[in-house]
Amino acid sequence: MLLRHTTDKIIDRSALTINPAKTCQPIGAMYAALGVHGCLPHSHGSQGCCSYHRSMLTRHFKEPVMAATSSFTEGASVFGGQANMLQAVTTIFSTYEPDIIAAHTTCLSETIGDDLTQMAKKARDEGKIPAGRHMIGTATPSYVGSHITGYANQLTSFVNYFAETTGEKSKKLNILAGWCEPSDMREIKRLAKLMGVEINLLPDTSDVLDTPMTGKYRMYPKGGTTIPEMVSMGDAKKTIGLGHWCTRGAAVALENKCKVSFVIEDLPFGLKATDRFIQALSKYGIAKIPTEITDERGRLVDMITDMHQYLHGKRVALWGDPDEIIPIAEFLVDIDMKPVYIVSGTPGKHFMERMENIMTVKCPEAKYKNGERADLFLLHQWIKQQGVDLLIGNTHGKFIARDENTPLVRVGFPIIDRVGHSYFPLVGYTGAIRLVEKMLDAILDKTDATCPEEKLELVM
Amino acid sequence: MPQEVQSNVRTIPGIISQRGCTYAGCKGVVLGPTRDILNLVHGPVGCSYYAWLTRRNQTKPESETDVNFMMYCLTSDMQDENIVLGGEKKLSQAIREAYEIFKPHAIGLFATCPVGLIGDDIHAVARKMEAELGINIFGFSCEGYRGVSQSAGHHIANNKVFTDVVGLNDTPDEGKFRINMLGEYNIGGDAFEIEALLEEMGITLTASFSGNSSVYGMEKAHTVDLNLVMCHRSINYIAEMMEKKYGIPWIKVNFIGAEATAKSLIKIAEYFEDAELISKTKAICERELKKVKVALEEVKPITNGKLAMMFVGGSRAHHYQELFNEMGMDTVAAGYEFGHRDDYEGRQVLPDIKVDADSRNIEELVVEKDPRLYDQSKQDFKKKKEAEGYLFEHYEGMMPDMKKNSLVIDDLSHYEAEVLIEQLKPAVFCAGIKEKYVIQKMGIPMKQLHSYDYEALMLHLAEL
Repeated sequence: MLLRHTTDKIIDRSALTINPAKTCQPIGAMYAALGVHGCLPHSHGSQGCCSYHRSMLTRHFKEPVMAATSSFTEGASVFGGQANMLQAVTTIFSTYEPDIIAAHTTCLSETIGDDLTQMAKKARDEGKIPAGRHMIGTATPSYVGSHITGYANQLTSFVNYFAETTGEKSKKLNILAGWCEPSDMREIKRLAKLMGVEINLLPDTSDVLDTPMTGKYRMYPKGGTTIPEMVSMGDAKKTIGLGHWCTRGAAVALENKCKVSFVIEDLPFGLKATDRFIQALSKYGIAKIPTEITDERGRLVDMITDMHQYLHGKRVALWGDPDEIIPIAEFLVDIDMKPVYIVSGTPGKHFMERMENIMTVKCPEAKYKNGERADLFLLHQWIKQQGVDLLIGNTHGKFIARDENTPLVRVGFPIIDRVGHSYFPLVGYTGAIRLVEKMLDAILDKTDATCPEEKLELVM
Repeated sequence: MPQEVQSNVRTIPGIISQRGCTYAGCKGVVLGPTRDILNLVHGPVGCSYYAWLTRRNQTKPESETDVNFMMYCLTSDMQDENIVLGGEKKLSQAIREAYEIFKPHAIGLFATCPVGLIGDDIHAVARKMEAELGINIFGFSCEGYRGVSQSAGHHIANNKVFTDVVGLNDTPDEGKFRINMLGEYNIGGDAFEIEALLEEMGITLTASFSGNSSVYGMEKAHTVDLNLVMCHRSINYIAEMMEKKYGIPWIKVNFIGAEATAKSLIKIAEYFEDAELISKTKAICERELKKVKVALEEVKPITNGKLAMMFVGGSRAHHYQELFNEMGMDTVAAGYEFGHRDDYEGRQVLPDIKVDADSRNIEELVVEKDPRLYDQSKQDFKKKKEAEGYLFEHYEGMMPDMKKNSLVIDDLSHYEAEVLIEQLKPAVFCAGIKEKYVIQKMGIPMKQLHSYDYEALMLHLAEL
């Protein structure tokens, strides 16, 4: 047993988190900023923050992840980090030539009260920012919320800084993507295109964190939301935010600044969430749903029908980020699976309300928790009390999977021991087909490997 | 007068550096790989999260039921109210809960950036909770901003382990030849290989600092005859302090590369002046080198004369050159991420290294001879052997091994890496995970030298 000290005896913890189902804000800001073209994320804090975030994102995407740091020493921590930040601005524009520096704070710079907006103004006033280039500051205190909060705050900063109103509404819709993979963002664009709806997608990490090998390294790959796109978001006729946690802040900011009204939907994981997304695209984009998309939906429903017998009643433990696991939980319930244990380290009351709605009728036995101490240790203890058939979550679950001899379907962040997530989407109907395929493979592979010999069947 | 290699100095803000922080060096490098110290990180969630099994240190408890905390990531997960009102109470409660769940023999507390800034006293908490729970609890003031790189954290870790763990148990292990291994972190299972060789030789490995390591070994580390130092940068402090306090001499070893390994094993055997041990060791080396020769014959036609670059750590960018040499490869450019002058120029420059403001805030322990346990005979023996030409505490650093016209660059930046590759087109570039995919995108084969990506190197990348 690897997690040999985990037992079914749950003690009431009020201070200690063990094996967290979240991480801290700045990495979310870094990921979101990578989805803007020509943007270099900058970590205003000790070198370790930047190094850790880059390493984790690199392991997950198996792609270059560039970001700079203010390299705080003790002096900066005592006297404030302004001198470091201003020097960094000069260094970055002269050495790495980005269009945008997206600086975010850390627990260190937040604790000493550094104000990046003021520093950006000072850098501008002192001529450290070349013409046509930009520096944006975002407060991402690591001791508030989670990596999801940091992602959301970075998006809010982008729209606050760039979006402008010309007075003339465009035909475009804004789509704010919650935290998902480059493949998912590519799929969202494909679906909008099939619908004939023009969109501004923010952020867009496709063609940034899934780039081809060409023999030439490009520090700023061709993908990412462009500055003109972000500017024009102020003229869009509607904003669709995909994910309450990740996108609500930016959607509200756009409404306040540019009077673009918004609607928040789930990230389109699974059948119903995709239905709602496609309907929103259709409604606000004033577009018909094409046969290609209804056919994709039909294929998903067909596949579920074909294989329902292997899915129904299966007990699932699920963990990850709320914008992702809420629609996934809904999908599992829709196909008669039982997501009995769910945790997310990201706080927010909305989580419990949504889960209650999803579970009350079809999976009343479900246990779910979010926020502080809603961690993998607790999830594992629940599993120790009564086992599950399937685990769905990030790579950190592999130790539980091995100890409990339970298959794991890797979904979410981080996935640092397998590939595929950045290339094959899980959103949309085809993404849901892939999720069902992955779950079936996991469940049936285990059945085939462990059932009594006389029970091994050729046909399934 | 040889040139001074400027190192262990600040990275310019804004530069995309390989470096991490003091906390990373303290928790991730030195303490992380010990399976039975319960490590609890006091801070917001991220610091503990990112150091959770990411350095790929392996560990093998002695039995199925033996203590193993390596898979657990503990944090006080500080919230804004803890930053405003102080986090000592939450930390104390977290320790209580950790004790109730895990019943550990020892707990290490790690301070992250905000902890030092708001004035939480983790050492006071450690003392209070030690009294309450009756186990060994110690704190590391390893706030990320303390040094210019991970290196400061190594020093802080060395100090605390030396004062609070080493020396707690005076009962020596059984065995004729007793040693400690310092600075071998069992990344990818390296230590398993070394341990197997030492065991076959008949050497007793009491403690490892720290790979596949146990706190129980560390507690009696002062009872050995000899310390081996692998990663000079991260662990030389403890070797020095153990010599001062207990009289245990130390030697530098390197187990990267077959010849280097053989040389190190024979040097260990020769220390003990035991004819049987020496002949056995030589036989083992001969046997193993034969196998290596077969492998070398296979790879040499591919590797011979090829250029390599390596930029990692504080020792590995040197150690790995021995392995590459054996394969006939030339290291044309190398440098450390967090090395000091002595790692480049050798320990003879130690007295000349100026202590700057960034190093001054790391405590330099005043260590004196232990009146009861200092073993003068070990030092007398050392003197005798020194007179015979046996080298103790000897490390010449990287520079003597760098060929003429090769490049040595400290704290390589991303931009410098790009230029080096464009101009010199190496056959292989070695660094860390953050560099890996940048280099590969340029069509250059890349290997990590810390968190390994194991065998096979796609040398025909350019042909695809």
